[in-house]
Amino acid sequence: MIGVGKIKQYTNVLEKPINKGKQEVSLSAFAFLFSELVQYNQTHVDNIAELERRLEDAGYAVGARVLELLCHREKLCHISWAGFESLSFPSHVWIRLFVETAIEGNRRETRLLGILSFVHSTVWKVLFGKVADSLEKGTEHEDEYMISEKELLVNRFISIPKDMGTFNCGAFVAGIVRGVLDSAGFPAVVTAHFVPVEGQQRPRTTILIKFAEEVLQREARLG
Amino acid sequence: MAPVAPRSGDAIFANVERVNAELFTLTYGAIVRQLLTDLEEVEEVNKQLDEMGYNIGVRLIDEFLAKSNVSRCVDFKETAEVIAKVGFKMFLGITATVTNWDADGTSCSLVLEDNPLVDFVELPDTCQGLYYCNILSGVIRGGLEMVSMKTEVTWLRDMLRGDDAYELQVKLLKQVPEEYPYKDDE
Repeated sequence: MIGVGKIKQYTNVLEKPINKGKQEVSLSAFAFLFSELVQYNQTHVDNIAELERRLEDAGYAVGARVLELLCHREKLCHISWAGFESLSFPSHVWIRLFVETAIEGNRRETRLLGILSFVHSTVWKVLFGKVADSLEKGTEHEDEYMISEKELLVNRFISIPKDMGTFNCGAFVAGIVRGVLDSAGFPAVVTAHFVPVEGQQRPRTTILIKFAEEVLQREARLG
Repeated sequence: MAPVAPRSGDAIFANVERVNAELFTLTYGAIVRQLLTDLEEVEEVNKQLDEMGYNIGVRLIDEFLAKSNVSRCVDFKETAEVIAKVGFKMFLGITATVTNWDADGTSCSLVLEDNPLVDFVELPDTCQGLYYCNILSGVIRGGLEMVSMKTEVTWLRDMLRGDDAYELQVKLLKQVPEEYPYKDDE
């Protein structure tokens, strides 16, 4: 075939443009890959706590990178939006709007509720295609928050044998959340739990987030 | 019942449930990282990725056959075309091209232009011998073995090593006729 374009070679991966993030793969491809991750780790651990920890560590790596990717992309989206809207304005106004919106898109979340709603909506939407089912504040302790999901994507094709007790593959998602929160400056302990629901055969999964002391102190200082 | 016509890769991909490719990419990256930390030797990691791919392939072929309704392939050429056009499309959302057929039609190359597994990836100097996408070779090998074809799959070109595309060589070693578990005269 004549004239087929050659893919542009980038010497450095950092020079490669980041795509819009709209590419998709089939759910089964991801499910197969995740099952291999769990199976591989099962052969390398002695107990369930260790297995959960390894899945969480894998998720942590994903979470840290997801945060960077989303923050970078959010900034770009804001710039392009401002540029488009301001075409009708005189040029000096356009430049001011451009700069202001670019900075706004770049603003870091510093408040607890801000970062929680970021995780609950934006992160969940990007990774799983929908916002999480609910975000609740724990009643017993001040530092606990819960994100619930009727059926976690990673758990859809997984059934836990009885002898594994309370093991939950959602530990991977708990790791993702911990990765996002940690990289955003909100250290926390994040775990995944099954919560049986009446009338439903499969239990609901709750991601329990327990923030570190310093986060609550900072939040109190910020009023 | 009349046999259902085989569906094209695009049609199937549009009908299956899909997830964000980045979740997939980052999860695969986490797996490779875990393997590198545990096994340390690059050759061991390559082998382990191939093993994992094999395990996936033997289960993936069932789903592939169920969803795609392809009829039995007449020869290896058709097999390779089906893998490239339907298989890759319905699972990874990419199409591969089949090139470089050898004289007796038992060996060909699958060329992938883009690959969701390797977004954001750069190989450090310490891992230069790593075939990052080796899981794909295992998947193809596993899947084909379940349909009675013993194959050998190797990487010819790898973009992470500086080439301009991903090229897999699939070589048919032998066709194993299906064995019936019961003797005829029982």
